[in-house]
Amino acid sequence: MSQTASPLASQLLSSDLKQLAADVLAKAMKAGATDAEAVVYEGDEFSALVRLGQVETLKESGSRAVGLRVFIGQRTASTSSSDFSAESIQRLVDGAVTLAKITSEDPFAGLPETEAFGSIPGDLSLYFDDVHEQPPAERIEIARRCEAAAMAYDTRIQNSGGGDFDTATSHKILMNSRGFTGEYRRSYCGFSAAPIAVDEKGGMQRNYWYSNSRTTRLLESPEEIGQEAARRTLKRMGARQVKTQQAPVVFSPEIARGIIGNIFSAAEGDAIYRNASIFAGQLGEQVAGENITVVDDGTMVFDRNGIRVGGFGTSPFDGEGLPTRRTVLVERGILKNYVMNTYTGRKLGMKSTGNASRGLAGNPGTGAGNFFLEPGTLTPTEILADVKNGLYVTEVMGFGVNLVTGDYSQGASGMWIENGELAYPVEEITIAGNLKDMYKNIVAIGNDLVFRGASAAPTLRVEGMTIAGA
Amino acid sequence: MTIPAPDHKRYFIEKLGLSERLMERCLGEALSAGGDYADLYFESVTSTSLGIDESLVKSASQGISVGCGIRVVSGERTGYAYTDDLSSDRLLRAARTAALIASGPAKELMSGFRHAETPTSLYPVAGATNDAEIAEKLKLIQRADAAARAYDPRITQVRAGFNDELRRILVAASDGTFASDTQPLARLNVFVIAKDASGNQGAGSTSRGTSGGGGRVTLDFFEAEKSPEHFAREAARTAILQLDAVEAPAGEMEVVLGPGWPGVLLHEAVGHGLEADFNRKGTSAFAGMIGQQVASSKVTVVDNGLMPNRRGSINMDDEGNPTQETVLIENGILKGYLSDKLSSRLMGTPNTGSGRRESYHHIPMPRMTNTYMLNGDDMPEDIIKSVKRGLYAVNFGGGQVDITNGKFVFSASEAYLIEDGKVTRPVKGATLIGNGPEALKYVSMVGNDLALDEGIGTCGKAGQSVPVGVGMPTVKLDRMTVGGTGR
Repeated sequence: MSQTASPLASQLLSSDLKQLAADVLAKAMKAGATDAEAVVYEGDEFSALVRLGQVETLKESGSRAVGLRVFIGQRTASTSSSDFSAESIQRLVDGAVTLAKITSEDPFAGLPETEAFGSIPGDLSLYFDDVHEQPPAERIEIARRCEAAAMAYDTRIQNSGGGDFDTATSHKILMNSRGFTGEYRRSYCGFSAAPIAVDEKGGMQRNYWYSNSRTTRLLESPEEIGQEAARRTLKRMGARQVKTQQAPVVFSPEIARGIIGNIFSAAEGDAIYRNASIFAGQLGEQVAGENITVVDDGTMVFDRNGIRVGGFGTSPFDGEGLPTRRTVLVERGILKNYVMNTYTGRKLGMKSTGNASRGLAGNPGTGAGNFFLEPGTLTPTEILADVKNGLYVTEVMGFGVNLVTGDYSQGASGMWIENGELAYPVEEITIAGNLKDMYKNIVAIGNDLVFRGASAAPTLRVEGMTIAGA
Repeated sequence: MTIPAPDHKRYFIEKLGLSERLMERCLGEALSAGGDYADLYFESVTSTSLGIDESLVKSASQGISVGCGIRVVSGERTGYAYTDDLSSDRLLRAARTAALIASGPAKELMSGFRHAETPTSLYPVAGATNDAEIAEKLKLIQRADAAARAYDPRITQVRAGFNDELRRILVAASDGTFASDTQPLARLNVFVIAKDASGNQGAGSTSRGTSGGGGRVTLDFFEAEKSPEHFAREAARTAILQLDAVEAPAGEMEVVLGPGWPGVLLHEAVGHGLEADFNRKGTSAFAGMIGQQVASSKVTVVDNGLMPNRRGSINMDDEGNPTQETVLIENGILKGYLSDKLSSRLMGTPNTGSGRRESYHHIPMPRMTNTYMLNGDDMPEDIIKSVKRGLYAVNFGGGQVDITNGKFVFSASEAYLIEDGKVTRPVKGATLIGNGPEALKYVSMVGNDLALDEGIGTCGKAGQSVPVGVGMPTVKLDRMTVGGTGR
């Protein structure tokens, strides 16, 4: 490891953090726990915002925390603290044990079986020293160049939400009383610009674009990102409402990934055992068109320009110490697998799929690795070409997705499609349907699958949705 | 009701071993490279969370977070650093990091802090949670579980949770500010699933219902004012109602919003757009519109952080300024912005005590507290009677706004059709969409039944969450776009 650039960097060594986790576990077992699990987290963050060429905010800090989950038989509780003093650690332990005693016996509670623990072998390329080593002045300069490129792109770009550059590095240790110890570091860096265009009547539109990676070497050109942000902003100028109607809806990859992301949420074991999902009782059934295959894979390592880099959803083990894996949720439209942690797996009489997510406190939840829809063969242009009259959605707003009933109703904006081409921008409209129908009515899938985050989907065209407007 | 304010500062001095001398040193270090202003924000939060699920107490957790955020402001520039280690070494190091934003000669520090005295508090201050209290909280969620199950045999799943926290804050600033507060916050939530094998014309139907509430209150609030049974029945009622809901209509129509939580309309349509930071930068759809008509003359909207025990209320903001009642829109005319120290200094407008932040990890910015519309003269039943065909929306999931173009949405979770002046069938959830500076111009009737929400609101802005309240009386909008799938 090389010298770090940040004045607040890495406060503790890996061995110190492991020792802390081991101490916490030993104290918990001594205090009466029959099983225990500790997570120790340390992270550094940096963010710079440049607006109209001037640095507006600069933030740089490190933080750390410890979380403890204890079991007394089949009762469980958890505690967390950002204070590592001996007095606080003792309070953490005593608090967890005291709390566990007031919870209920739950026959499904408990750490995973010992044979289930494990970690993906080999280097997953999740951490790159260059993120930490990059001098703050260089990061600020990238944010400045990105914003400047957006501002210079067109005279209608007259204001700006700014250009920013963020980095985060973290180190996580998970250890439990059944012998599992695992740790990993991850790095992240990214920048964006958010230009504002003004029309002759003073109406304003804003949009943004970004680049991000685990290593500075794979960040895109600040100028190209700034120009793309400007193009995306200008496309919204002069947007209008359309009449209420039924029409084909084409989802851009950024929005399609949310629609597909709902498949993960609907397949979470927690929602299934509660009957709180459109997928409850649907294992083995046709829940989507035959063209739909959806995968969660926590093990992905990409080759990008000859550089091996782990996905944003990649980790060697999940929040309970089980190795991550590849799970096909939907294969050719058939629901093949639920996604589960140890608890929800036991509830359903199945096994964890290595999808436990763990915060500092609370019981483990369920989280996706790299989650995506297998791409099709059509180009985005070809997907638009068949549409005589329809909507191309580039933004959705709101909370109108109900996974219990599948009802879907969101605010939307984008472009109106006429005779296969993007004709004019639209806004202040809603799109509505039911996810159960939408997944069966995806009539076209693009070949444009690009991972810009942990989940991704290509361009999609969905038939049968209602557009509400004027 | 007012409560004598305890001495909040003592906690930081006695328990955390901080001294005014150390704080002055840190501020000196923060301004060692120049800058106009620096502040230290000390925060200590203890939180408890209990959850019942399938009638079992499945989760119980407690968390402690202690830290300090140090900010240096130089012109329009802000430098920020934080530490979760309150040793003098770490504090001084964070101060030096924040100071990197400025580049000039060291700034002379004022001598001595001005100790702000708050004679009364808007909320009670509980001590640290003890075992007896945890047993009380458990009883609350167990009662909620039982009441939801007893409501109707079609209720198949019940989850209830009780979350509370005690947040102690102290702000020491280079302008002499030295102020502290202790802010309790509690919330009870109920989530249910209903299932009816014969619903939906025999095809079977499933639905969900949620409810919850609380505020800056002690446990007796849930005994005396809002019982667990109240929230449980409300969640169960909504779920049962949704079992037979029909398609929501689609298109532009008359919309009547019920009292209380539908006030989230104001939060999205105008509240965010009036936060001073967006207006200072000219990035809000409301920029430069002070004095202009932005709503019907029947509309007066205020942001009021002074309401006792409310979730959005605060004795002082996170920059140490007293909170206040601020008129945003008066009889349809845009009156003012919500401002923090930075925007108020740069814009030359009043500081409304609206500088809030999620935690010591975050830079404060202008935020809302409790935002609501004042009563009008109309009777709620007359408002319903006046509608030929429209939507009556009484509860919402949440909302969102694009500050720059003013477009906002909010998603109805309980709504009904109005046909010929009568509330008829329940409809499925639907998103409503409008344009902030225009939407309230279509307000044609305002009821006399102002209510605030139950105390569940959390507002997100630039990645920071803070508790807020909303409210309004029954209101009729002559047109708004409703995003259903039906006719």
